[in-house]
Amino acid sequence: MLSKIVRTVANQLILFVLVFGLYVIAHGHLTPGGGFQGGAVIVSGIVMLLVAFSSHELSKSVRERILSVMESIGAVIFVLLGFAGLGATFFYNFLAGSPIFGNIPPTGPNPGDFWTGGTIPPMNFAVGLKVVAGLCAVVLALALFTGGEEVEE
Amino acid sequence: MRKVAGLVSLLVLVAFLVAGALLLRPFGYPVPSDMDDYIIENAQEQTGNNNVVASVVFDYRGYDTLGEATILFTAVTGVLLLLRTEKRKEKSS
Repeated sequence: MLSKIVRTVANQLILFVLVFGLYVIAHGHLTPGGGFQGGAVIVSGIVMLLVAFSSHELSKSVRERILSVMESIGAVIFVLLGFAGLGATFFYNFLAGSPIFGNIPPTGPNPGDFWTGGTIPPMNFAVGLKVVAGLCAVVLALALFTGGEEVEE
Repeated sequence: MRKVAGLVSLLVLVAFLVAGALLLRPFGYPVPSDMDDYIIENAQEQTGNNNVVASVVFDYRGYDTLGEATILFTAVTGVLLLLRTEKRKEKSS
C-alpha cells in the first residue's frame, strides 16, 4: 500500500479511466478501438488501483467468482451472436437494417451515428466484458497467489 | 533412424522456407488487392458501420476474432491453473 497521496489520486483517477474505457468499447464501431482495446484500458485502471492499494484490499471488492461468471457471459454472448447469423453465414451481420443498431450510414466519409453497426456494437460489448474479466482475473491472480502469500508466511 | 528422419524433415522444411522467401513479390509491389477494394467499397453498405476495421474484425473475419477470444480464455485458464496454490497448500499441511 502506497502513501495517502497516491491512494487519493488513484481513487479520483479511476473514474475517468473507467469512463474512457467504456467510451472506447461503446464507440468501437465509429472510432479506433473496440472491445479488446477498451477492456485493456479498464484493466490498466484496475492495475493502477492494485499498485496504489494492496491486493488484499482490492480482492475484497473484486471477487474471482464474479470475474469468471462475467467472462463466461461475454463468451456466450459472442458465440451466440455468431451463431444467430447462421441463416446466411457464420457471423453474418443479421442486425444491420433491423431496429436494433440498424441504421445504415451513407457511403463515404460521414460523421457517424451511434445507432449503426448491426451486431458489431453488441459483439464489442461482449468482447469487452470478456477482456475485462479475463485480464482482471490474471492480474489479481498474479498479485494474490504469488506476492500476497509470501508476505504472510 | 530418428536422427536421419529429423534431418530429412528439417531439410524439407528449410527448402520450403527458402523457396517461399525467394518466391516473395518484390518489395513495394503488393499482391492483387481485389479483396481490399471490395471491402472498402461495400463495408459501410453491408454492415452499416463506419469503422471498416471494426467491420472486418467482427463481421468479415468474425471467426478469427472468435479464435482470439478463445486464446484469451485459454491464457486466463492457464494462468489461474498454474498460480492456484490453495489446493496444494491444503494437501501438504
